[in-house]
Amino acid sequence: MELLISLGQGLLNTLKDVIPIAVIIFGFQLLVIRRAIPNLKKVLIGFTYVLIGLVLFLQGLEQALFPLGKLMATQLTAPEFLFKGLAEIPNQIHWQDYMWVYIFAAAIGFATTIAEPALIAVAMKAQEVSGGAISVWGLRIAVALGVSVGLTLGVFRIITGTPLQYYIMVGYAIVIVQTFFAPKMIIALAYDSGGVTTSTVTVPLVAALGLGLASTVPGRSPVLDGFGLIAFASLFPIISVMIYAQLAEWREHKKQRRKQDAL
Amino acid sequence: MKSQFSSFFKHFIASARDLSAIVAVIAFFQLVILQQPIPNLADILVGVLLVMLGLTFFIRGLEMGLFPIGESMAYAFARKGSVFWLLAFAFCLGFGTTIAEPALIAVAAEAANVAAVGEMIAHTDAAMNSYATGLRYTVAVSVGIALVVGVLRILKGWPIHYVIIGGYITVVVITFFAPAEIVGIAYDSGGVTTSTITVPLVTALGVGLASSIKGRNPMLDGFGLIAFASLTPMIFVMIYGMVML
Repeated sequence: MELLISLGQGLLNTLKDVIPIAVIIFGFQLLVIRRAIPNLKKVLIGFTYVLIGLVLFLQGLEQALFPLGKLMATQLTAPEFLFKGLAEIPNQIHWQDYMWVYIFAAAIGFATTIAEPALIAVAMKAQEVSGGAISVWGLRIAVALGVSVGLTLGVFRIITGTPLQYYIMVGYAIVIVQTFFAPKMIIALAYDSGGVTTSTVTVPLVAALGLGLASTVPGRSPVLDGFGLIAFASLFPIISVMIYAQLAEWREHKKQRRKQDAL
Repeated sequence: MKSQFSSFFKHFIASARDLSAIVAVIAFFQLVILQQPIPNLADILVGVLLVMLGLTFFIRGLEMGLFPIGESMAYAFARKGSVFWLLAFAFCLGFGTTIAEPALIAVAAEAANVAAVGEMIAHTDAAMNSYATGLRYTVAVSVGIALVVGVLRILKGWPIHYVIIGGYITVVVITFFAPAEIVGIAYDSGGVTTSTITVPLVTALGVGLASSIKGRNPMLDGFGLIAFASLTPMIFVMIYGMVML
């Protein structure tokens, strides 16, 4: 019964999300394009599936993964856990003390990105458009590795209290340099993959991690230092996707050279 | 019917595989590192099942509804040849999908809280509410503008990296002038604006446009709309922070 009530609640929330989109699409379709939508019935069924899918997805996350993941983020950052073996909590905290937090950030960043529906959508489109040169799994793993590295660095930044903008600027500089060396066809997709990584699954867990850290590390304030993890998680996939394309190109070159040598 | 069922089943297995990593990470940290039992195991199993079902339905709906409608609209606009209506559509899509975005509502409320704690605005509900609402409209307008610029880029065939690099430089320059308290939120707001429904729709629109316009390559020109939509909010939120103080 409780499950049904909260599913109903979820349906209402998701509807609020979907209705503006539906109004814009059907409004323009009817008033501006003035043509019947091809396969209208199929499209409507598809919209219903998307709606049902999101409701179940969010409900399941709320019920199963978020409470545990958020609790975990708080527990892992608590001084009682970090200094379990010691008689008292030391005054001075070093960034190395947070070993498990780094590992957790890397692992959860990778795992949530793999399950991110928006990324699956973009990867499917990319595989279709590139004629298979970019594979769904290749792209998803490249993006997930990027988020993983990004979150680990972001956690390091909160623990050390260093200014966010310097990291981001260095990241931008790397992206700009890479842009000139990466294969042309990947560039737009790589820039896009920064934005798609952080949505439904990743944001709540990452926010909990940032908040947990900022409120337990001495000298940090949750309101000021808790932000920035999402920025890291949207910057590093751009770098990792370009590396992925560069590696693929390099491998292709090597294969061709070997073929030429054999001739 | 039978083939539909088997395709559903195949999607379901794929969803299970997609989720296995999260389940493994959480189980490992809970049991091995924190050494605690997993509470309400039955609830969690039901939840995981719901997530799997949800992902399966979502992907199916994507292929049946969101992708085709995004593409068919792109083709229809290209055939109609009215740049004005295409840009109007892009703006509405960006604005309309962002203003209702739950992640953005949460971030805006948090930002108002930060501003109040930092004594930049009064610590009253009314002041914080109006700050948060203003921020949401700012971000929504900026996403609308982003899609307009992005669609124009596809039409004109501008190389994406010049536009993006220009955007980065703007972000960096504004960072030096924006109040320090807003910078973290501004940088984060770029990531949260693009929701799970917007992304497939916008991607299909871009790819559809690039494939229906002569001389455009869907791989080179079709992607990039999301990138704009995650860049402009950073700029606009920092400007909002500067203007409001």
